[in-house]
Amino acid sequence: MSLTTVSGSGSAPLLSIQRVSRRYGPVIALDDVSLDIARGEFFALLGPSGCGKTTLMRCVAGFETPDSGELLLDGEDLAGMPPYRRPVNMMFQSYALFPHLDVFENVAFGLRRQGLNKETIAGRVRALLQLTQLDSYGSRKINELSGGQRQRVALARALAPGPRLLLLDEPLGALDRKLREETQFHLKKIQRETGTSFMIVTHDQDEALALADRVAVMRAGRIEQVASPNDIYERPASRFVAGFVGDTNFIDGVVVFDSAPYLLTDFGRIALSTCCLPDGRRATLSVRPEDIHARHDGPGISGIVEEFVFRGDNTLLRVRVGNDVILRVATWDMRFSVGESVMLQFPLDTPALFAEEI
Amino acid sequence: MNGQFRILQALMLTAGFIFLYAPIVILAAMSFNASRLVSVWGGFSTRWYAALIENEQLMHSAWISLADATLSALFATILGLLAAVSLARFGAFPSRLLFFGAIHAPLVLPEVVMGLALLSCFVALGVGRGFTTLVIGHVTFTMCFTTVALLASLRECDPALEEAAMDLGATPFTAFLLVALPQIAPAMASAFLLAFTLALDDLVIASFATGPGATTLPMRIYSQVRLGVSPQINAMSTLLLGMVAVAMGAGALILRRGARRSRRVSVT
Repeated sequence: MSLTTVSGSGSAPLLSIQRVSRRYGPVIALDDVSLDIARGEFFALLGPSGCGKTTLMRCVAGFETPDSGELLLDGEDLAGMPPYRRPVNMMFQSYALFPHLDVFENVAFGLRRQGLNKETIAGRVRALLQLTQLDSYGSRKINELSGGQRQRVALARALAPGPRLLLLDEPLGALDRKLREETQFHLKKIQRETGTSFMIVTHDQDEALALADRVAVMRAGRIEQVASPNDIYERPASRFVAGFVGDTNFIDGVVVFDSAPYLLTDFGRIALSTCCLPDGRRATLSVRPEDIHARHDGPGISGIVEEFVFRGDNTLLRVRVGNDVILRVATWDMRFSVGESVMLQFPLDTPALFAEEI
Repeated sequence: MNGQFRILQALMLTAGFIFLYAPIVILAAMSFNASRLVSVWGGFSTRWYAALIENEQLMHSAWISLADATLSALFATILGLLAAVSLARFGAFPSRLLFFGAIHAPLVLPEVVMGLALLSCFVALGVGRGFTTLVIGHVTFTMCFTTVALLASLRECDPALEEAAMDLGATPFTAFLLVALPQIAPAMASAFLLAFTLALDDLVIASFATGPGATTLPMRIYSQVRLGVSPQINAMSTLLLGMVAVAMGAGALILRRGARRSRRVSVT
């Protein structure tokens, strides 16, 4: 039996979220959010807790009703459609497995509601248990399973009815670090094999970057940026995105156009390859630690090594460049010691320059 | 010092147990007394139990009490479940606080007042008193207890489970039936047994709510004791005691097994 879900043809988005807003009293959980999710896509909603990502997911599942805006699944308006009639399934953060049923019956729950016959249900449950490497666990009770096994039962149960879109609420949140990476690969493999669209909600940037084809970074009910993981990391659209995803240095300064644009800071000038901000504008540059090159001599901005931490594949230096400016610099060169002066070279390509928020 | 303290402790404990249980033990022992006199031990005998079976009046009352306790406990459990669901799951609907208070009021209401209120109500409505009014009275009396027990259990039951069931295609009603109900089944059983016990040994409300032809066992015992203690009454009381003890024990056992099961689920 094939596990691939049947979906319509055409390039129209599978799920189209249009100008959705939701408030709880004075709190705005979702503020005019628009988003498209393509067929077969692995999409991640990333943001700190309370940013509205879970509310958005619950709106899609049907457990919350938006105050305004539309949700279209395959062009069909989801408004007024109760959760039990939406062709969307959800994997809950707590897994919400039924403790009084065994693994088989948990996975079969959605299929039984569809009124399928016994053989079809048994066949499909077997296929799903195989997919999630739970072949021999059918008759186990939920309380006899480990955390990782429960996570896989929850996944199999949510996939069973053949949803057009699978929602995953912090799917790896309850697993320990070691199990997480293995499960990430497993999730990606299952998503590829079933061809189902996955929409995952997470506050863990590593998880979002590792899993998703596209990531939407949310903050206070708004979407800050939607892009591929690579673009989110390399070309953050806002200071918030740059700070939330990965490690970075924020350098404040003023844009100056001489013969070429540069950022005038307390400790020196940093050349800007391109600059769309006007002359004299206060701005913040975000530079990743691994993009700054530390050398013992040569051109660049001078600083003094205050501290260094060996991190296995590289060494993180804390370099004081101004009176109260300390930059974090990742280097593969181990020959630095505390108190030594270094020259810092900034990258020529500086895509992450943000005008000061007023 | 320590030894003295321990002896004192043991003495206090013994005194406490005697204070609590001596009357009951004496009652149970006397029901096996061959002698008719309460003050004289005439040897072990089960003759009063045999006589009891032949006492039609008493047996009829026992039957009335059992039927009343079973029926009223059944209704109280069902109504208590509905009340608990509305309080636990329907959010803050208007008048929720009032409803909450009204449900819990009988817990602290003096039984005499409640019995009198029921009597006035039946008289005002022109309802002839009998078995039906007896059951109604006991449902009113025990429903608050079942609601409290079921509400506590429903609040412990994760609402995400029902959401998951709905997400998988179950209507809200099916989701409740297939997922929430099995979770609170132990609490339902213990609520039923609690209501059963309360209705079985209630005297005050029954005296007000019932009519001729539906005299409950506690009422019969009470009226007979006033004419002198018959060993038959001792035997009946011992049986009643046994029944209540079994019901309460079963309730506690069911609850504990349920609690252990849910604890295992949440911890491991």
